[in-house]
Amino acid sequence: MWSFSHIANEMHEWLSKTFNPTLTLIIEMVIAGVAVIGLFAGLGLVLVIMERKVSAWMQIRLGPNRVGPKGMLQSLADTVKLLVKEGLTPDGADKFLFNLAPFIAMIVAMLLMAPIAFARDFQLWDMNIGVLYVSAVSSIMVISILIAGWSSNNKYSLMGAMRSGAQIVSYELSAGLSVLAIVVLTGSLQVSDIIQSQKDGWWIFKGHIPVIIAFVTFIIAVTAETNRAPFDLAEAESELTAGFHTEYSGMKFALFFLAEYVNVFIVCAIGATLFLGGWMPFHIGNWTDFNHVMDYIPSSIWFFGKTFFLIFVIMWFRWTFPRLRIDQLLNLEWKYLLPISMINLVVVTAMAILKWHF
Amino acid sequence: MYRQTEIINDASQNPSLGGSGETGDLIINVGPQHPATHGVLHLVITLNGETIKKVEPHLGFIHRSIEKMCESLSYRQFIYVTSRMDYLSSHINNHACALCVEKGLQVEIPPRAQVIRVLMDELTRIASHELWWGAMAMDLGAFTPFFHAFRERESINDIMEETCGARLTMNYIVPGGVMQDLHPNFQNKVKAFMQLYKRKIHEYDELVTGNIIFQNRMKNIGYLSPEDAISYGCSGPTARGSGVSCDIRKIYPYEIYDKLEFDEVLETAGDSFARYMIRIREMQQSIRIIEQLIDNIPEGDFQAKTKAVLKLPKGDFYSRVETARGELGVYIVSEGGTTPYRIKFRSPGFSNLSVLDHIARGSKLGDLVAMMGTLDLVIPDIDR
Amino acid sequence: MSKEINHKEPSSIPPSGGWGGYIKDVYRGVKSLLVGMKRTMYYFTHHKEIITQQYPDNRETLDLPDRFKGEVVMPHDEKNEHRCTGCQACELACPNGTIKVITQSVILADGRKKKAIDKLVYHLELCTMCNLCIVACPSDAIVMAQTFEHSVFDRNELTKILNNPGSKIMEGVE
Repeated sequence: MWSFSHIANEMHEWLSKTFNPTLTLIIEMVIAGVAVIGLFAGLGLVLVIMERKVSAWMQIRLGPNRVGPKGMLQSLADTVKLLVKEGLTPDGADKFLFNLAPFIAMIVAMLLMAPIAFARDFQLWDMNIGVLYVSAVSSIMVISILIAGWSSNNKYSLMGAMRSGAQIVSYELSAGLSVLAIVVLTGSLQVSDIIQSQKDGWWIFKGHIPVIIAFVTFIIAVTAETNRAPFDLAEAESELTAGFHTEYSGMKFALFFLAEYVNVFIVCAIGATLFLGGWMPFHIGNWTDFNHVMDYIPSSIWFFGKTFFLIFVIMWFRWTFPRLRIDQLLNLEWKYLLPISMINLVVVTAMAILKWHF
Repeated sequence: MYRQTEIINDASQNPSLGGSGETGDLIINVGPQHPATHGVLHLVITLNGETIKKVEPHLGFIHRSIEKMCESLSYRQFIYVTSRMDYLSSHINNHACALCVEKGLQVEIPPRAQVIRVLMDELTRIASHELWWGAMAMDLGAFTPFFHAFRERESINDIMEETCGARLTMNYIVPGGVMQDLHPNFQNKVKAFMQLYKRKIHEYDELVTGNIIFQNRMKNIGYLSPEDAISYGCSGPTARGSGVSCDIRKIYPYEIYDKLEFDEVLETAGDSFARYMIRIREMQQSIRIIEQLIDNIPEGDFQAKTKAVLKLPKGDFYSRVETARGELGVYIVSEGGTTPYRIKFRSPGFSNLSVLDHIARGSKLGDLVAMMGTLDLVIPDIDR
Repeated sequence: MSKEINHKEPSSIPPSGGWGGYIKDVYRGVKSLLVGMKRTMYYFTHHKEIITQQYPDNRETLDLPDRFKGEVVMPHDEKNEHRCTGCQACELACPNGTIKVITQSVILADGRKKKAIDKLVYHLELCTMCNLCIVACPSDAIVMAQTFEHSVFDRNELTKILNNPGSKIMEGVE
């Protein structure tokens, strides 16, 4: 059967036969790197056109419909435009940091790809602290925003960066706590273990209301962490023109833009892995016939389907809600989300100890 | 690196740049090109962190000297220029000028023309408030309502286009009446619009008014007391949000407004949300007025007989109307010739803007955008 | 719609009292957000509500109202005759000097001299479509056309001569 793991294994075998182990490892790393960059480019194109179409339909518009069939090549044309545009570094900016910031954003996004299981047995690095790694590395994102805002020598950028700093630091907490709920239930930080534990049902169904609350908290927190509306205070178009990337143009802007979308993809992939079973097909208890039918659908389709569903939800938020104010944003976190997820974690822990979940 | 901190400190130390002399102040120029100002308004904002210490509006970026232009045009010609002041209620601006000229000419306006003028005024008011609603939501970061508002506004524009021949700067009113009779489709189209409006109006609540984020952004923000509203000369929804009764249609009725049944919408809270609700409810009052008139348009002339060349007698004339933004006053001084000696427009936007510094102090930068939204500023109206 | 919002309620959000109030706050907030999401989802799934006109594609079906003020034109009949007497009423009525009437005197068949137009120059780039010239014209010689695609590469093309070359005034128009 055609599957990602099959291809990966074939390739590994062929490489091991042809080259010595060190060279094999190096070649595999290069292939993985190229694959990640390719995935980035692909995701950028797909997510941008998806966002534009979703927003258009929600706003009673048609959306892009000129370039390519039904406008599907619009984002490709936009990319070409951004590539040939001049990347201007403003006079008075800290040139080194200004040019460094977009790359930090991209590197963080790339690092986050490592523990994500895209299909059955298809994962770059199944480390034993997978979930912890994700929450640790994703915090570095804020540094790139802070650098970008500070080095631009622009007050709008600086304010956007400062807002973003306060926001991401706060929302890490409830994102982490809601992730912990699943870790407590599974008893493992390893991504493959977490997926395996959902063989007989996804956590969102098995875990009763506490896991649903954790899921909702997670979605809200990651929306804030990725600076998406209604928490897009770092950009806040109507207040700060474009926030931390006001001064960026051309490809450097495109990197920030791409990093935002890739981050959205990653957090949604994590959400899908933790709460919706990752690549695990939809199984219902002992209905073996039904479960077999579900198994026929390739695992990668399950994974991408769930991830894109969550991405759609986050886009849905963006095109419905007005933006919060900075103090309300912090109020929401410290007065509502954090207490709720803390109590929720206690409940989940009790549930895990007493084995109340299915 | 060092330069950045120097600039920030210098500005805050320098009172001529708006600084208070304390370190830690951040001077930000909002505008003249900024998404929130909806035009070329320039605000110099002194910030302490996110908190606003001072807002200083700098005007004049779109000053076209309309008052002076009008002085070289005849009484028929100058009306069209006023469409370019507050372009969202251009019809009402024209109305104010025509009223002033008619006051000088002592002409009787045929009842049909009066009804047509009022109908068009109210349609313009709804269209203006629709646009404001969408732009207001967009200021707060919600993009979708903008397009939903434009759907309803579009059908008003179509009605205008059919009868007046233009969508935004209609120039439909002439001294003595209106330029052309109503289009035969007018009544049906207006009825269709009202049906569309009533079918879609609950969406405004669902998307924006009832939204918890929106309410939190608007309530208790930008408080304007009734005393301040009066002393700053606020008018229109801005003043009525503070409970100041100032609807010109009620207190100095012109045309047939005294025969119509409608309420002057008043809120007492004085905050951004009150000003928001005023406009939302005003749209319904306008619908109510249109409902009363649409089936009762009297037959007759649409224009009174006037001379080919209009000459106002020597003296000064003042007329005022209620535009979508507040009180518009037109003051004409005539020397008896064919052109006015002096024209002065009392525009609502100018006075309403003056209150911004007062209500914005102490609130957050994000709120400034919301407050500017509720003042419903049209920059060409401020600068003229 | 105003029914749904209680205007009597004090404008400030009442402070939540205790745990009950806290949970009520959360419930009310989440509900209001879901209502908004339901509305956008409705439009996301109902593409029939889209009202966008695809302008350059619908040129053929686009019909503008007959009163639409696009540009000033002078209609000519099949004999290349117009109705303009050269009275300059439009030139006087125009607020911004858009129209210039250049007259000449022609000798009629019976030997009388008569004023007629040589050229009626119309500066489209100055025109604000206020319709005052059309109203002022005593012989209905000029009308508003429903064209609106006026962009050109050279601004000289915007200065138009409204009467056709070789045209003359219609019989019976004074």
